[in-house]
Order: sequence, then C-alpha cells, then structure tokens
Amino acid sequence: MLTSRRLLSAGLAASLALVALPVLGEEAPSPDDPKFAASYEQEGRYFTADDIPTFNVAEDGTVDWRTFSGFRRYHAECHVCHGPDGEGSTYAPALKNSAVKMDYYDFYGVVAEGRQKVNASENSVMPSFGTNPNVMCYLDDIYVYLKARGLGVVERGRPAKKEAKSEGIQADEDACMG
Amino acid sequence: MKKSLLMSAAFFVGASGMATANSDLQALIDDPTQWAIQTGDYANTRYSELEQINKDNVGKLQVAWTFSTGVLRGHEGSPLVIGDIMYVHTPFPNIVYALDLNDNGKIIWKYEPKQDPNVIPVMCCDTVNRGVAYADGKIFLHQADTTVVALDAKTGEVKWTAVNGDPSIGETNTATVLPVKDKVIVGISGGEFGVRGHTTAYDMNTGELVWRAYSMGPDSDTLIDPENTTHLGKPVGPDSGTNTWEGDQWKIGGGATWGWYSYDPELDLFYYGTGNPSTWNPAQRPGDNRWSMTIMARDPDDGMAKWLYQMTPHDEWDYDGVNEMILTDQEVNGQMRKLLTHPDRNGLAYTLDRETGELLVAEKFDPAVNWTTGVDMDPASETYGRPAVVAQYSTEQNGEDVNSTGICPAALGTKDQQPSAFSPKTGLFYIPTNHVCMDYEPFRVSYTAGQPYVGATLAMYPAPGSHGGMGNFIAWDNIEGKIKWSIPEQFSVWSGALATAGDVVFYGTLEGYLKAIDASTGDELYSFKTPSGIIGNVMTYEHGGKQYVGILSGIGGWAGIGLAAGLTDPNAGLGAVGGYAALSDYTALGGQLTVFKLPD
Repeated sequence: MLTSRRLLSAGLAASLALVALPVLGEEAPSPDDPKFAASYEQEGRYFTADDIPTFNVAEDGTVDWRTFSGFRRYHAECHVCHGPDGEGSTYAPALKNSAVKMDYYDFYGVVAEGRQKVNASENSVMPSFGTNPNVMCYLDDIYVYLKARGLGVVERGRPAKKEAKSEGIQADEDACMG
Repeated sequence: MKKSLLMSAAFFVGASGMATANSDLQALIDDPTQWAIQTGDYANTRYSELEQINKDNVGKLQVAWTFSTGVLRGHEGSPLVIGDIMYVHTPFPNIVYALDLNDNGKIIWKYEPKQDPNVIPVMCCDTVNRGVAYADGKIFLHQADTTVVALDAKTGEVKWTAVNGDPSIGETNTATVLPVKDKVIVGISGGEFGVRGHTTAYDMNTGELVWRAYSMGPDSDTLIDPENTTHLGKPVGPDSGTNTWEGDQWKIGGGATWGWYSYDPELDLFYYGTGNPSTWNPAQRPGDNRWSMTIMARDPDDGMAKWLYQMTPHDEWDYDGVNEMILTDQEVNGQMRKLLTHPDRNGLAYTLDRETGELLVAEKFDPAVNWTTGVDMDPASETYGRPAVVAQYSTEQNGEDVNSTGICPAALGTKDQQPSAFSPKTGLFYIPTNHVCMDYEPFRVSYTAGQPYVGATLAMYPAPGSHGGMGNFIAWDNIEGKIKWSIPEQFSVWSGALATAGDVVFYGTLEGYLKAIDASTGDELYSFKTPSGIIGNVMTYEHGGKQYVGILSGIGGWAGIGLAAGLTDPNAGLGAVGGYAALSDYTALGGQLTVFKLPD
C-alpha cells in the first residue's frame, strides 16, 4: 500500500511538468515483465498471471479488441484533459505512465471516485466517472490501451490492425450499457 | 489626441447611436487611451487609434513592467484599463486584481471568489476565462461556476451576484460578458455535457434576470417570433427550435453561447453565435438541430431575435459557431453596407448584412478546408445558404463506428475563439488560425447529467501537403472573400490580434512570442519571447502620455491539451509518428502579464 501511494504521488507530480519530455532517472519497465505480459486469454480478453487485464499485440502489430476499443474510448472521454494518445496536457498527467505505474485497483478507484489536488500552485481535479457508463463499461479497455502505450508496445495514433470483437465482449458490453 | 478622437468617431460604426449604448462605457471606448472592453470596442474590431508605437519604431519595443497572476493555467482574454487602473483576471479560481498605473502596478484591491473545485473537470478545455467587463463604475466577472458578480471598480466590493447555471449538469462559463445600456448579457458553456445553451440579460444595477433566450426549444424559450424573426430573409415559422430535432433531444441539444458578443448601438442589435449540437455523434440526433451553429441578431431590451443564420446545419465535426462577429461599414458593389464578418470554426468566413441577415460572402479562409465545396449562394435555390457537404468527409454519411479520415479543418476549427482584428486603414481583417486536420469516428453514447456527452474519437494532425506547421496568421479581404497574405506558424495561433493606427498588427504565439508585423505586408517587425505560451489577446492603452502594449502569457486551453505533446500524422508512416514539434519542447506553464513600451 505504501508503495502504491508513493507511485500515485509520482503520477501526480507528472502533472506539474509538461509531459512529453522523458522522465529521467527511472528504469524503463519491460512489457515482458510478468506484471504486464499476457498469461492467458478468455474470449479475446487477455490477463496477466495475477488475473489483471492486459493487452496483447501480435507479431504483425494486430492488437487485441480491448486495446483498440480503449484507444477509441480514451479519445472520447479522457483526451479532452489528458491529451492525445495518453501523452498528457498542460494540466493533466500522461495517463500512459499512470497505467504502468499505478496498481490496477488504484487506477480503477481514481476513475470511479475522482481525486482533487487544489492548493496554492495547483488546481487539478479529476472528476468521478463512477456513474458514467461510457467510461465505466470500457474501463478495462482504456486501462489496457494506456498500459500498452506506456510500455511502448502500441505507437501513437490509431492501431492499424485489430482482433475482432468476441461474442463474450459484445455480451458484456450490452449488459453494461443497458 | 484630439485628432485621434475625431478619427475614432469617424470609424466607429455606432458613433451616432451613442445615446442608446451604455454612455459611460461608450465614452471610454471612444477614448483610445483606455482599453474598456475585451473586444476593443462594441464592434469587436480590436483596433486602436494609438499611433505612438508605429511600424517605424516598433522594432525598439522593450518590456516596461511585468505582473505574475499567481495562477498556472491557460490565460485567455486581456486586462482592461479604466482611468488609472488596470484590471487583470486569472483562470480558475478567477481572481481579479486592480492595479494602480500611477504607482507601478501596486495592487489596489484583489477579489478571489470561493468556488467549488468540482467545476474544474466539467470545463471542457482547461479553466480559461476571457476576462472582465466594465460599465457604470462596476467590474463584471463571470466565474467558472457561472456566478455573475458585479464589483465596485474602485474598491472591489461586491455589489450583486447572480447564478446563471448549474455546474452539476455541466453548465460552466469561460466567456466575458457584454454590458449594453442597463443590462449585462452573458452566455454559457457546456456543449460537451449536453446542456441547452442560453443567453441571458441581467439588470446592471440589481443583478435581476431580465430575459433568457435558449438556443433551442419552444418559441417562448428561444425568444423567436415565428413571423418576424427571419432566416435568410424568410420568416422562420413556428417551433423552429424544436421541429428539426427528434423527440425531446433539443432538451440536451447543446448550442452553447461561450463566444464573443458584439453590439450595434444604431440598429440596437447585438450579435453572437451558438455552438455545436450535443453529442458529437451526428447519427444520434437526426435533423438540422436548429439553432445550434447559428449567428443570432437580437434586441438587447427583450432578447427577441431579429434574424438568424445557421451556418452548419446538422453539425458532423464540432464546428461551433461562436467566434467573433466583427461589425464594419464598408462599400460593397459601390454601396455602403452595414456588415458583419465572422470567420467560423468550419473554415468559412461569412460576410452578412447585419441589418437584414442577408448572406453576401461565404469563402474558405484556409485553402486546406475540404469538408465542403462551398455555400449555395443562389437565393432561388432550395439549398440556399447551406454548405455542400463532401460525402467522403461526412461523418454522418460514413456512419457510426467508421473512421472518416483527412477532414479539414479539425474540430479545433480553422480558428477557435481567438479573436481577429480589423483595421479601417487597410480594410483588412487579421485572423489567427489553426492549420490542423483530423480523423473523426463517431459512436453511440448515452447521456448522464454532468458527465461528458461526446461520442466521437478524434485524431488531429498538421494539414497534410502544406508547410508542416499547425497555424497561419492571415490578412483577409471580407468583400472579395480572399486571403491577402498568410504567415505560416509552427503552432496554431491561439492569441487574439490587435491592429493599430500605427500600421502595426500584434499577435502572440503558443511558443510564447509576442510578434508585431506590418499591417500592409505582414513583414515581421518585432518579436519577444514571454515566459509562457500565449493564448491571451493583445491590448493597448496610453498612460502618462506613453503608449503601452499588454499581453497575458500562460499556456493552456484547448491548445494546451492538443499540442502539448505534439501531434502525430497517421498518414506519414510509423517512422514519422511523434516527429512533429511538441509544444512542451518550447514552453511550460505560466501566468504572467507583460507590458511593453518604447524606450524613454
């Protein structure tokens, strides 16, 4: 818990600086790390060995459906503050880094509940998206997309090739969106 | 001094109607030593008669003094100068400072409202505010949370407050207000949250609501008279604000009113534009979606609409119609006409007769614009006044879940709110523009009050096959509908321009440069890099016999979202991705006023 708190505040600190510049002094995480790498698949959904949703990018660049869907949903719901491709803006952190650094459940919590950082030098407010189906029904998609961006396995822009949407994913979407 | 006052009277379009304007404010507007309204004058020309700083000496400009606002977010708008006091505003939390120009900018008073920070994330694109207004000894501030407050200009004491909207359903404010006669006219933001836009007049002395005109809804809500309100010369008929919507969709129809307002005292009409219909997914809201994307001419006394013109029926690209409406009297085909010139987000610059709403010119002010082949200018045609949409770039025709590529301009528009200037000496409009195109993929979304209601995925990139930059600063002829010259800029020009009788035009850049150019040729005469990127508007005033030029720096706004990390061009191949300049390589957050003068 202590660790995740430290990482969380590192994520916030990124919001103070303009974001495209490389953050020096940190080791680049590897997409092959078991923390991130896909260990098994369920109907087009990929998970790590710890059952955390993750991306899957084939040799030829084909991304799994959720990563592609995350690209779309991110650019509808999140990019108006957090910038294109998870790169951050002048006032909101680069989420491609947050998705790598933050624990999955913490990431979920911040999106659902929101977070405020209002003081003499900052006016950063993340709203609560807990009641927004356009975000919450696709949060795993957004999460795996941003993680793939942060680890450098998906380039900026629209993924060129994607896996088809599975029946299971479609059923989940229908159930969630109502 | 006397000479320049006379000149100003000659050029000011509404000079003869002075009695009907707010006379206190009108007198200050007519005095070029003051900067009494955000738009320079009621006509929105952003033109100053001051000529001490001119094209021969502007190269010697130097910094006179600076002021830190204490806030690190996007700084739009500009300070005002009323008498010996300068009024400086900030983005959220919307602080107002009164600075004593006789005492090196000493702070006379400071007003800092207490606002719920939960308003911050329901503001679409940063926490910008386009400045305060002045009339009758009061400073008017329209806060982010939609509280309108009147402050005593001398003491900062609160005279009255009014609540114009509800941030919990996404209603916020970024705009300045328009003081006219005994009223303060205000707009609202929230087109990305499914609000129903409205324009409201408050009593200048009490803060009481006088009238409210919605952008869509029944005639009693829109203050549209079915018989006397016209669209392209014809009565609009009953229920025009509901009959181009499916069912109750107009209730969350958008049409926010967050742009610049102008006023003609002689015709006694004020002008403004409405924003995009909600959502960005056009398939979800069939019909023309009136009166989103519309130029409106209304009576300030009762809000009744005289004429309307919908520029982009059934928007498919987020081309808000809120940009400035510049009022000039110019000769057209040998006849003096009362004109309204409006460079729209959709990439077309419109020239209309502002008395009747007759459409005179509609031409592209960026050659990259490709979503339309142009506007039908034949009054006998069934599609008169409508833009012909190119099927390839129609996100409606291509349908939901289809990525329409290569659309120009991007949703940012060929220009956004950054206001243009007009010089009566050259007869040219000086327009800050974006040179950015996009891919746009609409998809189904559901509405939740107070949550974003967008429904489209966008990717933006510099206009392909051009100079590679993301902006231009152009000189525009509004009668011929032609670009006279165009200065390429690496980034979008997101700063409001200023033209002066010294034959100089000023604007700022996102890297932070304040630039001065020759009003006739566009040749650069001066540039100075301020501490942060500029999205504010250049203003000028005279104090103690000396002319000053002021500009707010502070990168942010929509430009700070889209361009901070740089844009990518999906068509350029993987190798070039990320290769375009990132704004973050040039500037960082700031909040500063820089004031320039000539050496003593």
